[in-house]
Amino acid sequence: MFYREAGDFKTSYAEDTQTFPIRFDRYRYFAVLAVAFLVVPFVINDYWLNAVFLPFLIYSIAAIGLNILVGYCGQVSLGTGGFMAVGAYACYKLMTAFPDVNIFFHVIIAGGVTAAVGTLFGLPSLRIKGFYLAVATLAAQFFLVWLFNRVPWFYNYSASGQINAPERTIFGIPVTGAETAPWATYLLCLVFLTASALIARNLTRGMAGRKWMAIRDMDIAAEIIGVNPLRAKLSAFAVSSFFVGIAGALFFAVYLGAVEVGEVFGINKSFLVLFMVIIGGLGSIFGSFAGAAFLVLLPVLLKNLLVGGLGWPTDLAAHLEFIIVGGLIVTFLVAEPHGLAQLWRVAKEKLRLWPFPH
Amino acid sequence: MNEMNTEGYVTEDGRKIGGVVMEMRNITLRFGGVVAIKDISFDIRQGEIRAIIGPNGAGKSSMLNVISGFYNPQVGEVWYKGERRPQMKPYQVARQGIARTFQNIALFEGMTVLDNVMTGRLRHMHAGLVAQSLWKGRAEAEEVKNRESVEKIIDFLEIQHIRKTPVGRLPYGLKKRVELARALAAEPSILLLDEPMAGMNVEEKEDMSRFVLDVNDEFGTTIALIEHDMGVVMDLSDRVVVMDYGKKIGDGSPDEVRNNQDVIDAYLGVAHD
Repeated sequence: MFYREAGDFKTSYAEDTQTFPIRFDRYRYFAVLAVAFLVVPFVINDYWLNAVFLPFLIYSIAAIGLNILVGYCGQVSLGTGGFMAVGAYACYKLMTAFPDVNIFFHVIIAGGVTAAVGTLFGLPSLRIKGFYLAVATLAAQFFLVWLFNRVPWFYNYSASGQINAPERTIFGIPVTGAETAPWATYLLCLVFLTASALIARNLTRGMAGRKWMAIRDMDIAAEIIGVNPLRAKLSAFAVSSFFVGIAGALFFAVYLGAVEVGEVFGINKSFLVLFMVIIGGLGSIFGSFAGAAFLVLLPVLLKNLLVGGLGWPTDLAAHLEFIIVGGLIVTFLVAEPHGLAQLWRVAKEKLRLWPFPH
Repeated sequence: MNEMNTEGYVTEDGRKIGGVVMEMRNITLRFGGVVAIKDISFDIRQGEIRAIIGPNGAGKSSMLNVISGFYNPQVGEVWYKGERRPQMKPYQVARQGIARTFQNIALFEGMTVLDNVMTGRLRHMHAGLVAQSLWKGRAEAEEVKNRESVEKIIDFLEIQHIRKTPVGRLPYGLKKRVELARALAAEPSILLLDEPMAGMNVEEKEDMSRFVLDVNDEFGTTIALIEHDMGVVMDLSDRVVVMDYGKKIGDGSPDEVRNNQDVIDAYLGVAHD
C-alpha cells in the first residue's frame, strides 16, 4: 500500500540516478542505518558480536569486493582467501612497523596494497576467460598462502609462524588486542562496511560500473564502443581487491586477533565468499549483504535450534548443520539462480502493485 | 597524392555534401590464404550516406571491421580527417569518433536501455575512479550532463517507454533501435551500420529507414551502411560501393550502380561459356 512510486516525481536527472529512487526505500535505508549506528552498539554483547555481527560485517565487505569482480565485471576469481591474507599481512606489517599511525589508516593502506597485488594477479584476465581464469586465480590463492607461510619476514620471524594483532586504539579506545569493548569493534567494522557499500554503489551506478558490465555482457562490443578492456578489467581487479583486502585486515586485526594463514585464509575462504556472492545475487550490492547474512546466520541459527532448542548432542548437530546448509544452497540455487537479490526484487515488484495486481 | 579532396557536391535532393572525411587506400586484407578484401579504395564524404553492397561473402563486413579497427589490413592505408591513421585498437578508433552497430545485435543484455545508451557516451566522460566512487564534483556533473544528451537521443528514437527495461527482455526490432541509440550517443563523426534492417518486417524497415535519414538530416552525421535490401539502399544512399569476391566492381550514385554491367552480372549471375 505504502510502497509506491506514484506521486514520487523526479524533476532532475540527479534525483533519478540516486541509489534509492523510491521514497519508501530511502526511508527504510535511513532507518536501518539509524538502528545499526544508534541502537545496536548499546545492546550488543560478546556472543552476538563474535557469532553474528563481526563475521557478517566483515564478510559483507569481502562479498561486495568479490561481487564487483565476478558479478559486475564477469571475471571469476577463486583467490579471495589469498587476497584477504594479503590484507591481513599488510595490516600486520604496518601495525608493527608504524605503531604510532592510527589503525584506521593501516586498514585502508592494507586495502591499497591488496589492490596492487590483485591487479598483478588480474593480468592473466586479459588473455584468458571463464574457468581458465578461475584456475589462474586459484594459483594466486595457493601461491599467496605459501608465501606467507614460508617467508618469515611476513610474520616478523615469530616462533609460531602466526601473526598476532597488538593493541591499537582509535580516539583512545582499544579496537584490537585483548581489551576491546564489543561496541567499539562493531562500530569500526560498521563504518568500513557502510563506506565500502556506498563507494561500491557509486562506482557501479556510474561509468566505471557500466564499463565493467559491458565487459561482462559482451567484451568485443564493449571494446568496439570504446571501452579499454585492459583498464576496465584491471580496475575491477583493483577495486575488488581493495575491499577484499580491507575485509582481510579487519578479519585478522579486529575479529580474530591471531591468524595462522593456511587455516584462516585457505581455499575454503575463497569458496565461502564466492558462495555468498552467488547465493546473494551476482551484480547486486544488496545481494552481497544478503549472501553474507545467509551464510553467517544460517549455521548459528541451526546450532541454536538443534542444540539449544531440541537438545541434540553438539557433534551430531554440527554434522547435520553441514547437510542442511548444503541442501539449502542447492535447493535455493535451483529455485532462484539469480540469488536472494532477485527474490527481493521480485517481492518488491509484487509489493508495488499489491493489493491490485492487475 | 596525400591531400584529401575537400570539394563537396550537391545531392539530387539538394543536400550539400562536404569534403572527404575518411578514405580507404588500396586496402588488402588476408586471412591466411583467403583474400577477404583485394586492393579496394573508396572515400566517405562529410554528411553523406554511403552504402556498401555486394553478394554474400563479398567482404563488406570485413571492410567495416577494417574501418572500426577490428582488423588490420596487410596492405593499404586508412586516412581519417586528413591524417593517415596508425594501427589502432578498436577502442582507440571508437574514441576518435567512429561508432558502429553490428549485424548480430551486440548489446549488453544485462544492463538497462538507459545504461546501454549511456555507455555510448564513454568518450565524453573523463571523471577519475576516485571522483566516481564519491559521486561528487566532476563525476556527478558529467553523469547529469551526459544524461541530458542521452535523453535527447532516447527521445529522438522513440524509446522513452523502455528506458529502464533490461535489454535482454526487448523484442528484436527495439533492440536494433537501442543499438542505434548507443552508437548515436557517442556523437560520432562517422556512423557505421552493419545491416541495420536485417531480419525486420516491412514496417520496422520503414521505421529504421526514417531514423537513418533523420539522423543524417538532423545531426549531419556521416553514415556508412551495409544492407542487403536493394530498395532500401537505393532510396537511402547518396553513393554506393559495390563489392564482389573482395574486389570493388562499382562505385557511384545509385543510378550509376544500377546500370553498371559488372554489378548486374554479380547479382544476377553471368553465363560462363
